Amino acid sequence: MRDNMKKELSAAAKRKRLNHLLIHAGIILFAAACVYPLLRIFSVSLRPGDKLVSMDLSIIPAGATFISYTKLLGDTMFLRWLWNSLLITLATSFIGVSLASTAAYAFSRFRFPGKKAGMILLLSSQMIPAGMLILPLFLMIMKLKLMNTYLGMIIAYSVSSLPFSIWILKGYYDTIPRSLEEAALVDGTSQVGAFWRIILPLSTPALSIAFLFNFTTAWNEYLVARVVLFSSKQYTWTLGLFELQGQYITQWGMFAAGSMLVTVPVLCVFLYSSKWLISGLTLGSVKG
Amino acid sequence: MATVQFKKIVKRFGDNLVLNGVDVDIKDHEFVVIVGPSGCGKTTLLRMLAGLEEISDGEIFIDGLLVNELHPSKREIAMVFQDYALYPHMTVEENMNFALRLRKMDKAEISSRVTDAANILQLNKFLQRMPKQLSGGQRQRVAIGRAIVRKPKVFLFDEPLSNLDAKLREEMRVEIAKLYQRLNATILYVTHDQVEAMTLAGRIVIMNHGIVQQVGSPIEVYRKPCNLFVAGFIGSPTMNFLSGKLSVADGVAVFSNESITMPIPAFVLPQKEAVAGREVVLGIRPDDVLVERPGGEKCSCKIDGVLEVCELLGHRENLYLKVGAQRLLATVEAFFNRSPGSAVSLCFNYQNMHVFDKATEQRISE
Repeated sequence: MRDNMKKELSAAAKRKRLNHLLIHAGIILFAAACVYPLLRIFSVSLRPGDKLVSMDLSIIPAGATFISYTKLLGDTMFLRWLWNSLLITLATSFIGVSLASTAAYAFSRFRFPGKKAGMILLLSSQMIPAGMLILPLFLMIMKLKLMNTYLGMIIAYSVSSLPFSIWILKGYYDTIPRSLEEAALVDGTSQVGAFWRIILPLSTPALSIAFLFNFTTAWNEYLVARVVLFSSKQYTWTLGLFELQGQYITQWGMFAAGSMLVTVPVLCVFLYSSKWLISGLTLGSVKG
Repeated sequence: MATVQFKKIVKRFGDNLVLNGVDVDIKDHEFVVIVGPSGCGKTTLLRMLAGLEEISDGEIFIDGLLVNELHPSKREIAMVFQDYALYPHMTVEENMNFALRLRKMDKAEISSRVTDAANILQLNKFLQRMPKQLSGGQRQRVAIGRAIVRKPKVFLFDEPLSNLDAKLREEMRVEIAKLYQRLNATILYVTHDQVEAMTLAGRIVIMNHGIVQQVGSPIEVYRKPCNLFVAGFIGSPTMNFLSGKLSVADGVAVFSNESITMPIPAFVLPQKEAVAGREVVLGIRPDDVLVERPGGEKCSCKIDGVLEVCELLGHRENLYLKVGAQRLLATVEAFFNRSPGSAVSLCFNYQNMHVFDKATEQRISE
């Protein structure tokens, strides 16, 4: 009897170990698939000359050199383009999140005519393909005399990512018990104070997601930038990199080096905000 | 501390009338419990006093000051919420001193108030903990502590014990009673638990369907319920109700239905002529149904019944009886020692008999 039980237990332990092994193998494979393209680009950026295709599969190629990086940073306006992108992206992210956080609060907490229709309208605006928005955005920015300016880009990017951010934040605010704000009101804050001191600190996971969405969207955007910006001094890196592409020849080494460098800010933002993406911050505030 | 007055308070949510002309006066240092079934409007009334709900009609005064349009923060009240409503991103200490920090109070004063409250509520060890690291009872104590440090004019408690288990609820009930003795504050306490109402209150306000049914001390509402609702709501187990008709025979009021016919003493119903012929409901608490037991006292006016079920509660026993078609519950001392189905004789304690008009549901007995 006891022997049978022991056998069953050891069989269960083996099954569990095998499950873990399979899961880990799957995760490692997935991670490798994600990292592989980045490693190939890194490899291209280190190759001497502008070879995109090579038979060599090693990550660090023979005769590896940083010449593409030095040429990119020294001979082109890459740093300027990077700065333009960073400025536009950060401004877009902060403005977008600020507008979305307050708008979402109104949608979550107050009753007003057109609330439901407004939410549906915001959602439906996300269903319109980005290409369709190019012309209206172009006309709007031209009328505002903001062509080829940072502000024009910031406005275009902020408004286009606003609906998604509002939906994300509204959904999160809905999960925060109203009694927390009411307790704050009784304790002596105003409605704005309750939002600032209670709701916002509790919404960091959702705010982080909205910020990341705004950041990555604006950082990687090409179409709107192509339409609004026309002088290479004002270019964002997405436009700038295409300056390296000629009619007959493309400087693949510099292209790859640029691609590697532009991942750094996004990576930093992701790593920094990951600590805010922990959910369950409201645990313990109310019953349950 | 302060007085609180509700004057003809009306609250509507769209077409739904939630409170209909509530008039209640609460004296300084009084502990008033508002009790009633779910949806009777008791929490809405409390929230209106706190300023968290708009007033459709009527006036609310705190210490003689009309507060209808006053922001919650200006009303000098503190509220303990049903779900604790502790700020999850703040420590216990920060939760307790939040209101004081907002008022830019002196740091030494803040510290002394928090320490005092923590001492009273035995929270000293937990001041640096986050709410999620506390048990339900400790969280509730923090919520009470947050109210105490404010030294408000009025304390509002919105079903503060309803999320605790039975044992903890009992402990916290005693804690709140002690706290009241210590603070001697004006407290308005909302609950649907009549045990909390009876044990804590100086006065009870019983509400139903947005209307105040009765206001009185716990013993008043228990001994002299003003209508059928109060009679049925207050007291556990619930009062027995017997529907029947009143008549007068040989100068004595007589209650009769298809199962029971019995005289009603004059001290219960002095104006018997005025109520003769009326359809009435007789109310008798289970404690006042006296069941004869071998070797015990004999009933003077016997009614024969059958024992259906016995429920032993420890020192008391619930007897479910049937008299004709009428079912009755009697609570007697344990152990009754009779098997279900056996015949029993019973009578009623007339001292505590209640007579209600069936049509108006109002009390007509003394």
